[in-house]
Amino acid sequence: MKKNSFKAWLYLLPAILFLGIFMVYPLVDVLIYSLEEGYNSASQTSTGVGLYNFSYVLRDPFFLQALKNTFLLVIITVPLSTVLSLLIAYGLSSIKKLRELFQTVYFLPYVTNTLAVGLVFMILFKKTPYSDGMVNALIHLFGGEGVDFITGPYWAKMFVLCFYTIWVVMPFKILILTSALASVNPNYQKAARVDGASGTKIFFKITLPMISPTLFYLIITGFIGAFKAYSDSVALFGTNLNAAGMNTIVGYVYDMLYGEGGGYPSFASAAALILFLIIFTITCVNLIIRRKKVVF
Amino acid sequence: MDNNADKKNIGQPREDGRIETGSGKRIAGNIIKYFLLALWAVMVLFPFYWMILSSVKTYSAYNAETVPAFFTLSPTLQNYVDAFNAVPLARYFLNTLIFTVITTAVMLVISISAAYAFSRLEFKGKNVVFTIFLSLMMIPNELVIITNFVTVTNLGLRNSFPGLILPSIASVFYIYLLKENFEQIPDELYKAAKVDGTSDLKYLFRVVIPIAKPTIVTVAILKVIECWNSYVWPRLITDKQEYYLVSNGIQEIRENGFGRENIPAMMAAVVVISVPLIILFLVFRKKIMEGVSRGGLKG
Amino acid sequence: MRVVLEHLTKRFPNRNRKIKTEVVAVSDFNFEIPDGKLIGLLGPSGCGKSTALNLICGLETPTEGKVIFGDEDVTGLPPDKRGVGMVFQNYALYPHLTARQNIIFPLTNLKGAEKLTREEMNARAEKVAALVQITELLERKPGEMSGGQQQRVAIARALVKTPRVLLLDEPLSNLDARLRLQTREEIRKIQRETKVTTIFVTHDQEEAMSISDLIIVMKKGVVQQFGAPQEVYDDPANLFVAQFLGTPAINTFDAEVKDGRLYIGGAAVLDVPGARDGKVYAAVRPEGFIPDPDGPFESALERIEIMGRDTTVISSHPDCANVTVRSIVSSENRIDTASPSVRFRLKPFKVFLYDRDTEERIRFGTGD
Repeated sequence: MKKNSFKAWLYLLPAILFLGIFMVYPLVDVLIYSLEEGYNSASQTSTGVGLYNFSYVLRDPFFLQALKNTFLLVIITVPLSTVLSLLIAYGLSSIKKLRELFQTVYFLPYVTNTLAVGLVFMILFKKTPYSDGMVNALIHLFGGEGVDFITGPYWAKMFVLCFYTIWVVMPFKILILTSALASVNPNYQKAARVDGASGTKIFFKITLPMISPTLFYLIITGFIGAFKAYSDSVALFGTNLNAAGMNTIVGYVYDMLYGEGGGYPSFASAAALILFLIIFTITCVNLIIRRKKVVF
Repeated sequence: MDNNADKKNIGQPREDGRIETGSGKRIAGNIIKYFLLALWAVMVLFPFYWMILSSVKTYSAYNAETVPAFFTLSPTLQNYVDAFNAVPLARYFLNTLIFTVITTAVMLVISISAAYAFSRLEFKGKNVVFTIFLSLMMIPNELVIITNFVTVTNLGLRNSFPGLILPSIASVFYIYLLKENFEQIPDELYKAAKVDGTSDLKYLFRVVIPIAKPTIVTVAILKVIECWNSYVWPRLITDKQEYYLVSNGIQEIRENGFGRENIPAMMAAVVVISVPLIILFLVFRKKIMEGVSRGGLKG
Repeated sequence: MRVVLEHLTKRFPNRNRKIKTEVVAVSDFNFEIPDGKLIGLLGPSGCGKSTALNLICGLETPTEGKVIFGDEDVTGLPPDKRGVGMVFQNYALYPHLTARQNIIFPLTNLKGAEKLTREEMNARAEKVAALVQITELLERKPGEMSGGQQQRVAIARALVKTPRVLLLDEPLSNLDARLRLQTREEIRKIQRETKVTTIFVTHDQEEAMSISDLIIVMKKGVVQQFGAPQEVYDDPANLFVAQFLGTPAINTFDAEVKDGRLYIGGAAVLDVPGARDGKVYAAVRPEGFIPDPDGPFESALERIEIMGRDTTVISSHPDCANVTVRSIVSSENRIDTASPSVRFRLKPFKVFLYDRDTEERIRFGTGD
């Protein structure tokens, strides 16, 4: 049996090799980068070690804008998409006809290219000199005043970004919640009904607590996902997000790394670590609340 | 079998309940329910409808609309021809195909062999290594992508398939998923194979892989979706059109292609790159949805 | 092929790592299984009988001791080099392969001179399939077969390499009662035809007794008794063996020997010449009771169960360790069910005495 040990490591070798090079080593490296001051990517030298990179990033107006955008996006989309998907999942689980059709349709955005569909959203919301676009036409129809959602005022751009983000994350949440609702033993609801509880009461007092672990899981992954938002914004506003004022933290990291104004891996690393810290904190807070609140 | 029974039961108590509250109210409730569900379905489908619609409008017709028309009476496929001619769309397509196939295939080989080692073989340090693997699952890609970018650049692999593929082939999550699945194969099968003198490798190929095939297929499909839609890494690592994947191609089209305003051609390109995955989804609908809900991927 | 175990011992580290002591699954096994016999390895669950089987098979390596097949020491050999066939409790058939592919699978591992052609493999598979009567099932997958059929495929797979020793782990436990009876007859028949030395593990004493040439009774990793089923039944070496074998279970009483007589509840029920005085356990087989209005043993009658051929008399006795005293008597004896009590004589050779502390057998001469 002993010589099998060697063989087992052989099976693991490729995975360890690739994870080592592309995950473990970068993890260490990103820390080093973030602490190297005045790093020059051409000569690969630095002038010292310290926290300057962090203080630079935290004072950079582009980063602060990205931070604000990301936080707004998180605060708006996570609760909205969770509640909305819960409602839809509940609706789905209480019908029989057309249920599968609806489920299939709802899942569609999951398998589509974010960039490609984002382009469609841009066109729907955009106002050009020739045409007001689809959404503005609808607004006019209801007597409202049109606005350019893509290059117009900040709130309008934020609205589209949130709208598109919700559209993109809904399939996953609906799917997870629908299967969670389906796995609740119907006997509990039956028992509550026999005891004379109303439909609403059953939902809030029985069904909801029973799926609370799933709900919490979705909220945590929702937070993490929204904090890492980037492609959605690119799809809507183009690659120059700083100019559009719609950058996100992740976008800032990439911009620091590459492209116009890029070539600063140290600043990128510092920003990425700040993001990681935020995500980590929120996950921990969530887990603590979960331990106190969730039934199971 | 049990699942079916469960599903049947879900419907029944509700029906009983509603009879008590009166059937008029029930019908009204149902109408509202279906209306709202249909409303969301429209929200989901409308962008797809719009992109197909726009892609078959002629350039002049599209630009003549001050108020967008919801249908067209003179559909054309000219935009699709333009899309392929004006930008190297076929090239993007081919690149994405190569990238997706190689990445998925290599990822499967690496993940299956690692999962097999974790699930079936006994060796010293197994628990330690597995714990390290698990903790790597929490590391966001954004954190390691910086160094990977530098590594790949220093290796001179920018604008090359190895550069695109290498960082994407080791996935802790899929190793974990496969390991869990492999562990469900009863121990006795392995013992029986050992009694018959089957080697570990033969057992993997003749027994584990055939039995775990449904999960392996699911993992493969999920990886294909991931590859097909990947944007960030290819954007960082390629700046030559010969190596663009569809996502980067779309972005390129948006920024520079077709002289910005040829929206119908743009939409034709969008339709073309969306279709393969939608077909894949419609074919493997059950598998994909099952896999996603089991794996709980994507935040 | 005879199988010899010499000081065979297997110790496992305790599952709870904080406890440093080891668990002894198999302790110092010493016995010789003669060639061509069917052996039942019998014991309650968790007694280490499956570990013993795995040691013989080669799936586990012993901590100490040797496994010898014929004259060859196979202790260090992996299972496939030992020439063993094994049938697992849940059959361990590969679910994605047909019965034929399952049976052929072991043959595909043969290398070098032993290597077979497809035709030869098929011929061998068909031969064993005919032996276990599954010829018409060869193209089915395990999922399309009943438990009994899967069992036969598993036996066929174990036999296809013509093993020197056939091992079966709880071969009948997943079958329903009726199939179990039928299948055990078939195992016996197949074993007779192939003459392969066969060892099977079971917790069901009836199963072991009914088809084995020899049985080995185990408890907590230690062999309690080894012998022909009837021998062990008639002459159980200790209280555990006496209680473990036989249905209904043997009736155990707190009793006392005084002056060569056995007392149960104050009544002298049997002469036990040669047994020393003192408190003992007296174990009486259900068939050891003879209804007799003048018999020395009296118990409170509860009810009787008519089985047709014979009758079970259920009574209670304050000194009985069992819930009730069960005695099986010929149905020719008419028991008066209205009577509050019933009296018996005891058959001396159906009564066994055991030491209160060691639970070892106390022998006595027959007084008659």
